Amino acid sequence: MSAVIEHDHHEDHHHGPDKGLMRWVLTTNHKDIGTLYLWFSFIMFLTGGVFALVIRAELFQPGLQIVEPEFFIQMTTMHGLIMVFGAVMPAFVGLANWLVPMMVGAPDMALPRMNNFSFWILPFAFSMLLATFFMEGGAPNFGWTFYAPLSTEYAPPTVTFFIFGVHLMGASSIMGSINIIVTILNMRAPGLKLMQMPLFVWTWLITAYLLLAVMPVLAGVVTMMLMDIHFATAFFDAGGGGDPVLFQHVFWFFGHPEVYIMILPAFGIVSAIIPTFARKRLFGYASMVYATSAIAFLSFIVWAHHMFTAGIPITGELYFMYATMLIAIPTGVKVFNWVATMWKGSMTFETPMLFSVAFVILFTIGGLSGLMLAIVPADFQYHDTYFVVAHFHYVLVPGAVFSIMAAVYYWLPKWTGNMYNEALGKTHFWLSFVGVNITFFPQHFTGLAGMPRRIPDYALQFADYNMISSCGAFLFGFSQILFLFIILQTIQDDKKATNQVWESAHGLEWTLPSPAPYHSFSTPPKNLQEAHG
Amino acid sequence: MENTNTTSFALKLAAVALGMFGFGFAMVPLYDVICDITGLNGKTGDQVVARDDAIDTSREIKVQFIANNNAGMSWEFRPTVRTMTVHPGASYRTDFFARNPTARLMTAQAVPSVTPYYASRYLHKTECFCFEQQQLANGESIDMPLHFVVDRDVPEDVTTLTLAYTLFDVTEQVDVAQVRLNGLN
Repeated sequence: MSAVIEHDHHEDHHHGPDKGLMRWVLTTNHKDIGTLYLWFSFIMFLTGGVFALVIRAELFQPGLQIVEPEFFIQMTTMHGLIMVFGAVMPAFVGLANWLVPMMVGAPDMALPRMNNFSFWILPFAFSMLLATFFMEGGAPNFGWTFYAPLSTEYAPPTVTFFIFGVHLMGASSIMGSINIIVTILNMRAPGLKLMQMPLFVWTWLITAYLLLAVMPVLAGVVTMMLMDIHFATAFFDAGGGGDPVLFQHVFWFFGHPEVYIMILPAFGIVSAIIPTFARKRLFGYASMVYATSAIAFLSFIVWAHHMFTAGIPITGELYFMYATMLIAIPTGVKVFNWVATMWKGSMTFETPMLFSVAFVILFTIGGLSGLMLAIVPADFQYHDTYFVVAHFHYVLVPGAVFSIMAAVYYWLPKWTGNMYNEALGKTHFWLSFVGVNITFFPQHFTGLAGMPRRIPDYALQFADYNMISSCGAFLFGFSQILFLFIILQTIQDDKKATNQVWESAHGLEWTLPSPAPYHSFSTPPKNLQEAHG
Repeated sequence: MENTNTTSFALKLAAVALGMFGFGFAMVPLYDVICDITGLNGKTGDQVVARDDAIDTSREIKVQFIANNNAGMSWEFRPTVRTMTVHPGASYRTDFFARNPTARLMTAQAVPSVTPYYASRYLHKTECFCFEQQQLANGESIDMPLHFVVDRDVPEDVTTLTLAYTLFDVTEQVDVAQVRLNGLN
């Protein structure tokens, strides 16, 4: 087996990367572009993290201490936008770029030049969005959900930059998803059947279809805003015959699938990592594929559960409540499959496994608070409180973000050729794990007691929990500097990783040398037994 | 390898994206239709022609009138009568008073909302100031008429109907539209 691969490798040696900065600007190589996406998302993660720390610093004590309310709401808005569109989504696209071609035995992405373009419009989109801080009127201040008329009639003049920024991000995501779909469906190594693909590839295929379906709707809704603001239309202006509630329907028709866009690839990542460190095959491979598809389908028909208090009829409330609860079934299938994979396995707890196990536990907590929110009468109490904040941070931080960190530790030796420092990795995990829980767990309690989100001040009875929460946030935030250090150290180091890296890792990427050569699988791999884990 | 295949597949997917962009806009009329059928957003329908219907004198329904100004709207705006007791099927008239206390010419648009929302389909208007924009010069005031009928089929559990109007300042939009119109001529 390995002899065949070595042979491929030698043939590729003379096509190295170009030298200098233009290598990165002009590159069409999926590994280079994956690296660009991942570094970009890390920079955005730190930027959004700084915004989060401004929020938590202000909320450390009741009263107004550090920032003005006007700036505070800009912070909550930009934190959400940057984290969703700048950190989590590009990180998953970066992982897809690096891994999908290697996992399906393809030489590169199907559309390499479009790949370059979809990355390089992102820095422009986010520069434009971040530049609004220095403009008259300040940054967007209408929440990441940008409900009309807050984002139209009452918006700062910079809203137009926000709208064009969203257009660019949308274009990037749509091109990225087209590329991923075509790569997976057209470029698989001959003989690699769909139901043999690794789950990361499966979950990304489904995610890409979700992106393709809903990012244009997001582009549509911001276009309507643009027309309302500048061209005297009245899509969302009640005085002109429009309806602001329409905005919420169109937004959440995008927004709910978007939530799953940020979690399905995470499912794929932990489905790769848990079997490796449990030293067992993944339990219920086919059911994982079907459950992911079911979640993707259901994501389109539950959007109004974000709008229970916007005034929808009782039949609508009942429908959206039951449909939402239905999602717990395929999600439960996945959680039980991961647990069953670990059951009686010979588990070891290297850093990627620690992050993955934490993912399973903490994502489940976030999922269960989601079920509580789905109950209409309960949601009337929870709506727009810190309970909602706690819920979606549990699914996004120890959910999506932990899975990305797990993926980085798991595949970093394959990318760089060097092993990361295990002791530091574990330290990073435990600091993050403790930090995340200290930050977000108390928010369940303040939320249940009625503390509203997006407000810079609060009633005195919430003071203790907020102080605890802020301490956790600073712990979590600063421990990410350690993450950066570990990555840089691994790149610099010469602690060579083996080709296999992990004792019982399965998948075509592990048949390649470490670091993975600049061009891999120029001739398709023959032995596909390794394909799925 | 299979380049044409890749290109045509990518183009098909791009067409899907374009179609979904259109679908986003299609949600606008779709929403209006669904609201018309169900009365979801509490809006009453367009003008109806008065017809001679049998009056259901066995039922009495209390109709409450509420007038609100949207944020930033400075007009005096109130119903001349706060509540009326009506029989389903009978036609009634009431007035809303509006005065422009500012020093400039302003245009306003009233937007109705009915509570409970499922009764909005049974409140018919044969004439309403909300069907058109109101223009008042500085200091000018007006009594704006509303003619309505509560449908005989109104559900049994509806004993009180609230009709609320919110007044929006549309002076600027009207000006913009006017400039456009002039620009075209």
